[in-house]
Amino acid sequence: MSFFSFGQSAEIDVVLNDAETRKKAEHKTEDGKKDKYFLFYDGETVSGKVNVTLKNPGKRLEHQGIKIEFVGQIELYYDKGNHHEFVSLVKDLARPGEMTQSQTFDFEFTHVEKPYESYTGQNAEKRMIRRLNDITKELDIVVHTLSTYPELNSSIKMEVGIEDCLHIEFEYNKSKYHLKDVIVGKIYFLLVRIKIKHMEIDIIKRETTGTGPSVYHENDTIAKYEIMDGAPVRGESIPIRLFLAGYDLTPTMRDINKKFSVRYYLNLVLIDEEERRYFKQQEITLWRKGDVVRKSMSHQAAIASQRFEGSAASESALEKAAKEESG
Amino acid sequence: MTDSAVADTRRLNSKPQDLTDAYGPPSNFLEIDVHEPQIVGVGRNRYTTYGVRMRTNLPIFKLKDSCVRRRYSDFEWLKNELERDSKIVVPPLPGKALKRQLPFRGDEGLFDENFIEQRRVGLEQFINRIAGHPLAQNERCLHMFLQDESIDRNYIPGKTIQAAAPEPSTYISTSRH
Repeated sequence: MSFFSFGQSAEIDVVLNDAETRKKAEHKTEDGKKDKYFLFYDGETVSGKVNVTLKNPGKRLEHQGIKIEFVGQIELYYDKGNHHEFVSLVKDLARPGEMTQSQTFDFEFTHVEKPYESYTGQNAEKRMIRRLNDITKELDIVVHTLSTYPELNSSIKMEVGIEDCLHIEFEYNKSKYHLKDVIVGKIYFLLVRIKIKHMEIDIIKRETTGTGPSVYHENDTIAKYEIMDGAPVRGESIPIRLFLAGYDLTPTMRDINKKFSVRYYLNLVLIDEEERRYFKQQEITLWRKGDVVRKSMSHQAAIASQRFEGSAASESALEKAAKEESG
Repeated sequence: MTDSAVADTRRLNSKPQDLTDAYGPPSNFLEIDVHEPQIVGVGRNRYTTYGVRMRTNLPIFKLKDSCVRRRYSDFEWLKNELERDSKIVVPPLPGKALKRQLPFRGDEGLFDENFIEQRRVGLEQFINRIAGHPLAQNERCLHMFLQDESIDRNYIPGKTIQAAAPEPSTYISTSRH
């Protein structure tokens, strides 16, 4: 679709200022492919340059205005026409007029809010894109939401069973786990009157989309991990040690923009000799831990204080940061 | 806030197991044999009965060692009762073999040795599968089938008496199979 005078067209290129240093994160796209995108956190500034290159230099290019948008949107797959925008910032780069030569425009979205983590699932997708108008060029970025260690993180301990048949007590060391954490737990058998063949623990992801009467759940078994092979008797304790880093997990997302949720459950499954399955599901909260959050923050503070060059304060701040890193 | 680089993966504390529990007989002993086929009756009124011997230490069964004689139609009766009253998916019985009841066969028909053996194996698998199901163990028809001398087809169907009403939140779920 071209609004331009005959014979002229342009190519648009968006380049981030920190493209060399910024980390990239892998992210699954709608068709299941994994691609790498620039990674941003909430509050970070997004800045760069827009290069508009004329295809036929020397010829004029009339345009209705050039602007850049920073958009955060949610798309539910069953409702593809509707994009719900939860962030939308626009900056004008040029007023309507004409261009006679290729130009570069600077842009900066300072400390822009990115409230939600990027997520591509069965039914929902959340991403941040930047685009220009008239001829559009989109640049997808990925956002990760970081958390710190929760203040309250009680263990999960419960006794469950079938009257006179099977009684167990299960325990998981925490209720909130970060994505590279380890689930440490145990299953204690109080009564075993059935013939158990083996026991496994599954991680189930449940994606919920829609509200009110049209709620839709999609369950996905992310992992199946056998923790016991053979028949237990009363008094036996079976340990659990499940490393989460090996699995494709995202943080728990509750009611994102009132549109969708992603929740995780541990499913403890016992299978008897006749292939009957006995199971108990328990929700856990997953959160994303920053890699070197503490270190970078004190380092940034040290660099900021360096603006007052040669001051004793900046020297000691840098020293302190260095100590913290090695300590 | 401690931020250890390596997660603590030590086992959680657990109660030591009592040695009589560790080395004693398991609480889930249940064995049912379908054996000793016998042909009863004469001429065209003959039929085969099988011995159904149950050995168990499950408290839900009144007798720890019982032996009864049952015929194929008794197994059919049990299957129908469970399908009607219980929520379980009842496993299949070996076939009815109607063709074997027709005359002018080359072999012994219903009383052919191989056929009886095949049926015996199928019936044994059937009853073992059911008897181990916690939901089937609540049905009076199962107890009558396994431990009463004869089946009273005019019995009052129902569940065996339960000690206390279960609390739903503390339950493990089972699949119906």
